Amino acid sequence: MDWWFFIEVFVGGLLSGVMYSLVALGFVLIFKASGVFNFAQGAMVLFAALTFVRLLEMGVPALLTMAITIGVMILLAIFIERVMLRPLVNQDLIILFMATIGLNYFIEGFAQLIWGSHVGVLDLGVDQYAAFEIGNALINKFDVWAALIAGSLVLVLSLFFRFTVIGRALRAVADDHQAALSVGIPLSTIWVYVWSTAGIVALVAGVVWGSKLGVQFAISTVALKAIPVLIIGGFTSVPGAIIGGLIVGCGEKLAEVYLGTYIGYGIENWFPYMLALIVLMIRPEGLFGEKIIERV
Amino acid sequence: MVYRKISTVISFFVLFLVSASFAGEHFVPITSYRTGPYGVNGAPAANGFVDYLKMVNARDGGVGGVKLAWEECETAYKPDRFIECYERLKNKGEAGATVFQPLSTGSTYAVLDRLAVDKIPLITMGYGRTDASDGSVFPWVFPLMVNYWSLSTAKIKYIAELEGGLDKLKGLKIANVYHDSPYGKETGPILAKQAELYGFDLKGFPVAHPGIDQKATWLNVRRYKPDYVVLRGWGVMSQTSIKEAMRARIDASKMVGVLWSCSEQDTIPPGKASIGYSCASMINPGTNYKVFQDIVKYVHDEGNATGPKEEMANQQMYRVGVLMGVMTVESIAKATEKFGNKPMSGEQVRWGIENLNLTDERLEKMGIKDFIPNFRVTCADHEGSAPVKFQRWNGKSFEPASDWISTDQSIVRPMIEASAAKYAAEKGLSSACN
Amino acid sequence: MIYRESGQFKTTYKADQAILPIFQDKVAMGLLMFFAFVIIPFIADDYWLSSILIPFLALSLAALGLNVLTGYAGQISLGTAAFMAVGAFAAYNLQVRVPEVPFLIAFIWGGLCSASIGILFGLPSLRIKGFYLAVATLAAQFFIEWLLTNFGWFTNYDSSGVITAPPLGIFGFAIDNPLSKYLLVLTIVVLCAFAVRNLARSEIGRAWMAVRDMDIAAEAIGINLMKTKLLAFGVSSFLCGLAGALWAYIVLGTVEPQAFDIMRSFEILFMVVIGGLGSVSGAFLGAGFMILLPILLNNLGSIVTGSAISTETIAHIEFMVFGAFIIFFLIVEPKGLARLWQIAKEKLRLWPFPY
Repeated sequence: MDWWFFIEVFVGGLLSGVMYSLVALGFVLIFKASGVFNFAQGAMVLFAALTFVRLLEMGVPALLTMAITIGVMILLAIFIERVMLRPLVNQDLIILFMATIGLNYFIEGFAQLIWGSHVGVLDLGVDQYAAFEIGNALINKFDVWAALIAGSLVLVLSLFFRFTVIGRALRAVADDHQAALSVGIPLSTIWVYVWSTAGIVALVAGVVWGSKLGVQFAISTVALKAIPVLIIGGFTSVPGAIIGGLIVGCGEKLAEVYLGTYIGYGIENWFPYMLALIVLMIRPEGLFGEKIIERV
Repeated sequence: MVYRKISTVISFFVLFLVSASFAGEHFVPITSYRTGPYGVNGAPAANGFVDYLKMVNARDGGVGGVKLAWEECETAYKPDRFIECYERLKNKGEAGATVFQPLSTGSTYAVLDRLAVDKIPLITMGYGRTDASDGSVFPWVFPLMVNYWSLSTAKIKYIAELEGGLDKLKGLKIANVYHDSPYGKETGPILAKQAELYGFDLKGFPVAHPGIDQKATWLNVRRYKPDYVVLRGWGVMSQTSIKEAMRARIDASKMVGVLWSCSEQDTIPPGKASIGYSCASMINPGTNYKVFQDIVKYVHDEGNATGPKEEMANQQMYRVGVLMGVMTVESIAKATEKFGNKPMSGEQVRWGIENLNLTDERLEKMGIKDFIPNFRVTCADHEGSAPVKFQRWNGKSFEPASDWISTDQSIVRPMIEASAAKYAAEKGLSSACN
Repeated sequence: MIYRESGQFKTTYKADQAILPIFQDKVAMGLLMFFAFVIIPFIADDYWLSSILIPFLALSLAALGLNVLTGYAGQISLGTAAFMAVGAFAAYNLQVRVPEVPFLIAFIWGGLCSASIGILFGLPSLRIKGFYLAVATLAAQFFIEWLLTNFGWFTNYDSSGVITAPPLGIFGFAIDNPLSKYLLVLTIVVLCAFAVRNLARSEIGRAWMAVRDMDIAAEAIGINLMKTKLLAFGVSSFLCGLAGALWAYIVLGTVEPQAFDIMRSFEILFMVVIGGLGSVSGAFLGAGFMILLPILLNNLGSIVTGSAISTETIAHIEFMVFGAFIIFFLIVEPKGLARLWQIAKEKLRLWPFPY
């Protein structure tokens, strides 16, 4: 048993898992605050990354690009709130979910219509290929750096939800739209905040993924992988998104390498879902989620 | 119901309007894909194709004095959309569609059975159904120049060249990293056969579609410690493979890619990791051929370019698109030799393709000498067994890495005939060649 | 004024329980069947038959299947395409190994295999619901796609993993031209549509709707949740499997896993949502919408600006239009096109009075 190789696979899995949780964070934010499972998160990641990279390509300096893209995501949030969320207040969750699927398609088409679909190379000035060599194992430096970013983002968001007024308001809104309204919480403003924050998280995720993979349409399919992360971690928990991501990333890589030798490769695609399924059967609310209470 | 009726009426009207044109011209249907995961490759190819047709019209007045007409239809690389485009375009033009080039293996399979009924040939150069190289079983399909299996033999020959001879292959470890799809799995058997023949060790590593996350695969490859890696990707998979290979400390000079992992889309995103990567090509690299100068003169300078002008120099797939145009035009030209100077029908063009004989004089006349090799097609051999070139990425562009390497038909042909015979038996077909 | 029920008295229970109790409905359905079976073969050309009508019918069948599961029984499924794939491959495998089997039996066998797989992946629905269940079906989607691609047994060890469907023939008649294919598919789909309509009105259908509305309450009044949910999965997957076999055999002519990927699942979900959840006509309306819209946009684009819009732009606009329509329908009429049609019919009954 080659232990160094095992460590390489394990740590590599953890690091790529952190990248998944970056995307999952956006989901959690929106779910926590508006009870909507935002299927369009993947498209938002794509849109943010495309905007960022195209502005860079046009020669706009990096900081200004960042500012402009954040502005664009805020505008997107306002647009979504206006056009989609307001008319669907207090509708069935299923309806909202399907509306976000529609939104996903819309944003994907829109992003590519404006910015074109050719691959954008995102060079963050960090060498993609440098690695720490620990024993025989190679740990990629860029992945570590991405993990640190994700980690700090998680910390900031957790603190935000727990200790600020707006954070509490967000949790109230997630619990019950109408009750929050009657207490005087301005629903539309809160929603704009949430979706903008999710948009910014999407931007960070887009930049990290984009520099790793190149900014292109395929990035939005990464969002699908975030779903098992959410199931395992719990839809409403920010730390859960990280833990879930670690479990998914790790499990996926270990399965591909060790299980794959026996039953054939290419397992990566479905293994996280099976894992999520098992977790669902045992503990439906995920590891850190809130228990689901249903009233009849 | 209401919507459907209204849209039905509008569609009828629209289709009627659109189809009332293209009289007195050879009609070339262009089933392209500019969207979807492979749009980045499909778009330059379509641009190259159309630019070549425009150039032939402007420079030569068409083929045999009859102009070329074309229409694009977006397939998004989906077989069912391709069928829809096929059905819509097959009867356009005065004599019907001349020849289809789907640029997709899935679409090739989907349309196979309709070709004999509609009497329209299919050119699938460098891809498609490999055993269709046996023209006696597949009279309407032409995997011109090289098919998947032939290319595989050329690849092994190239690796042998790098090592210093076919005998040096013995004992080498070759990893086959392929896209986990029918396209990717095609070369499994022939690589295994060559492994047996030459004595090298072969291991396959499938990459799940679409292949943007290959970390685990390359950990596996690293564990195997191969001497060479054969990369059989398409679309977004190839560039990720090159990146992950670098991360796994496998040098790009040890990687040999197939025809369809050989474009700037694959080598530019990984940046410095691609330097030294070599891959196969049906055409010679660069644009220093008369045909490109003609395209610039007759099309680009007239402001009539289909896509961005830089694509000619920057995109391998653009030049592959020009190659597609060349094949279509040459087939039509050959057909007019026998059937006269009028719009050619699919059946006539089929004869043209089957009797293609690209000699040096003809290549010189059309401005494509050295751009492509000579080859000829016969009834039994729908491939033409053209040689293949390998090119290497130097960080900025592709440069030649080898001379024209011929494929090893002694290995390939028996396998093709066996597979085609199986198909013929299944369908109860008799030989179409006498 | 024409659409009145007055004067129509039912004298037997049987007459009262008919699928189409109102005489005008019977006439309308009769006319529609006549149009579909007799008129269309005369006026439609090859292109319309094989590129529009046949895919439309095959996908409506799949949408019908998903409607049973999501519309009537309220269980969201994102794995429709996987069940279609199972049906297609099962039918192919049976025909390849037992060549004497007539293709209709092979189709039914495909449906049955798909039903059993559907029930298997429906087992989690006993514990989880809502879009957690959607995740379970996503697992089915990816797992089945992997299984069919990676194990050569399913494709009869063909080197490329893509197989051509065997030719169809019934009692000596070969079914190889678009017209005969169209009639075959039409017959199958019409039969299934009536079957589903009947199921929806029966005890099972009511049990499904009860489970959809509030499953805990349904359990409380004595409906066996397990049997009901699994039956929903089974019936739905049977229809999807049948649709998959039709799609592979008749529309594409090949049987390959890539045709049944996640995008296909989403496409069918969209059909059901736009057409209307929980209605048979909704499946057809939704399928018609999804199939005709891209073609319309394609043609419209080239007409309006004479090929000045690139096909790429049109494809992006297509995405945007789909997404926008879905949101539009969900806001304006969550019950889809079918409900709009129903409202139109109700207005017709009262016409010329406003209410």
